[in-house]
Amino acid sequence: MQDNPSPLDATPADAAVESVAGSEDIIVVRDVNKWFGEFHVLKSLNLNVKKGERIVICGPSGSGKSTFIRCINHLEAHQRGEIFVDGVELNEDVKNIEAIRREVGMVFQHFNLFPHLSVLENCLLAPIWVRKTPRQEAIETAMHYLERVRIPEQADKYPGQLSGGQQQRVAIARALCMQPKIMLFDEPTSALDPEMIKEVLDVMVELAGSGMTMLCVTHEMGFAKTVADRVIFMDGGEIVEEAPPGRFFSQPEQLRTQEFLQQILDH
Amino acid sequence: MAAHQPAPDQPAPVSERGVIGWLRENLFSSWFNGLITLVTLYFIASLLIPLIDWALIKAVFSGEGPESCTPGGACWVFVQERLGFFIYGTYPDPLLWRPNLVFLLFAIAVVPQFLPISGGLRKWLAIYGVTLFPVAAYFLLAGGSFGLESVPTTRWGGLLLTLVLAYVGIIAALPIGVVLALGRRSEMPIIRGICVIFIEFWRAVPLITILFMASVMLPLFLPPGVTFDKLMRALVGITLFQAAYMAEVVRGGLQAIPKGQYEAAEALGLGYWRRMRLIILPQALKIVIPGIANTVISLFKDTTLVLIIGLFDLLGAVKSTLSDPAWDNVMAEGYLFVAFCFWVFCFGMSRYSHRLEKQLETGHRN
Ligand SMILES: Nc1ncnc2c1ncn2[C@@H]1O[C@H](COP(=O)(O)OP(=O)(O)O)[C@@H](O)[C@H]1O
Ligand SMILES: [Mg+2]
Repeated sequence: MQDNPSPLDATPADAAVESVAGSEDIIVVRDVNKWFGEFHVLKSLNLNVKKGERIVICGPSGSGKSTFIRCINHLEAHQRGEIFVDGVELNEDVKNIEAIRREVGMVFQHFNLFPHLSVLENCLLAPIWVRKTPRQEAIETAMHYLERVRIPEQADKYPGQLSGGQQQRVAIARALCMQPKIMLFDEPTSALDPEMIKEVLDVMVELAGSGMTMLCVTHEMGFAKTVADRVIFMDGGEIVEEAPPGRFFSQPEQLRTQEFLQQILDH
Repeated sequence: MAAHQPAPDQPAPVSERGVIGWLRENLFSSWFNGLITLVTLYFIASLLIPLIDWALIKAVFSGEGPESCTPGGACWVFVQERLGFFIYGTYPDPLLWRPNLVFLLFAIAVVPQFLPISGGLRKWLAIYGVTLFPVAAYFLLAGGSFGLESVPTTRWGGLLLTLVLAYVGIIAALPIGVVLALGRRSEMPIIRGICVIFIEFWRAVPLITILFMASVMLPLFLPPGVTFDKLMRALVGITLFQAAYMAEVVRGGLQAIPKGQYEAAEALGLGYWRRMRLIILPQALKIVIPGIANTVISLFKDTTLVLIIGLFDLLGAVKSTLSDPAWDNVMAEGYLFVAFCFWVFCFGMSRYSHRLEKQLETGHRN
């Protein structure tokens, strides 16, 4: 990690006491800070997510949204504060990190399917190698999720032969095949052509209906209004505002939120 | 609306079809193009015709001794009479069945790679080729166990030796090269440092120097009494040299894999080695197949340098017979034979790499 561990003046020890014990929060983020070199990208973030809660994160480009959700499965390391996922603390311990990644699925802006493997093999890989699921059982699970994302007929194709929308749905199925407790989405529709956005959002809405805990970075405000329990607005590495979608869209408190909403709703 | 009936396609006019059409389009599309075609044809013909005349038409293919050859044509009798030496070196005559069996086992691994057989079978034969076959070949060639008479490596020579050097160099260097390439990209400074130093050292020294050091200098550092087979030393030198080159080729492939692939594999909970083995290396190696083929072919030809440490590979074996006073001026035949053998193997490797590239194509460009 080339990131400088900058000022370490907080005392996480006292805070840790209350958090671990039997809380119903599946994600606990407390006073998380991160620097890229000198650049303070995440500033004292706090967030508790309950099981089954659906959270939408929005904010201008460069505000740290991706960095934040990537901290939750430790694709990025935070330097101060603490993150608990499903009761396990994220630190440099590789065992903890791998344990958490088994329970947290992630969907990327650019799909990141494995181009040398067929759609089915993409979905089988992690269950077989990480969860040690027997192959036959893994195939059944994979086909189940491929059906849920409405793409079972493409199972034997390679990612390069699918459209963007289809690839993103495969990516969602691939993450679901690990039967995660939490799903992270990082702008899942922003690399898609407009006519494909709906097919991906439909799948995500359905997933939200199934009770999955979801953290979703997106600018699809329609999606936020229909499924989110809470909308979080980030700017400059801070959580500026946090509210249920009704209040968030109709009466945002902060000036920065109002400006941002103005901008994207004008479009 | 009246239904529109598309007219059936007409065959192209004769002048646009077949050989004539092709010639017109490619060789004589303009007067300038036509002129270049004619001049080129003239030069090719004026070189090729005398060569064919000498090498095939006026040549003598069978006979006995130098007397059977004619002055104006190639004397292939020379190659024919010395063929045993060119292929096996001085491997003892009564034991030649052993290298022959090794050649057969080799062919079983290699030839099917070019045949239209099932991918699964091809894969198993390739696995046999890099595991079981080298072990069997070693015991067969060296002897000394299983009741086989021991044959010192000093008696291995010719094409046999060339293939041993190249094959060991190729299949041992690839895994070492992969590990070095991964090490060079490691986040652990010590591992990275060791790999960088290793690669840069071996890459910066000419192979001929490495062979020379391995054969002349290494014994100076070893405690007295410890001897280390000369062929073995050459093999170690060649393998490490090749591994350094391979590492850089593979590193190129690793760098070409988008960051998202690493992240997706991490996010799924795969550990480092599984990420590399299942996701990154299959893609990286596929990208660098042309580069791998390049270094492999170049190594195959560089094995001829073992001549300077007194090992008689194919080129060495042929060269050593050229000074035989009984045969008058057979240099051209000898070198042409060497060139032909090298061409067959190198061309084969080139075809194999193309084939592999096609097989692994999944319609995605990284
Ligand atoms: N690996 C990195 N190294 C240095 N700076 C980075 C890195 N990743 C992101 N950043 C910077 O951090 C800021 C936040 O990035 P990001 O989390 O991707 O924002 P968002 O997803 O909200 O657009 C940006 O200014 C970006 O340039
Ligand atoms: Mg982003």
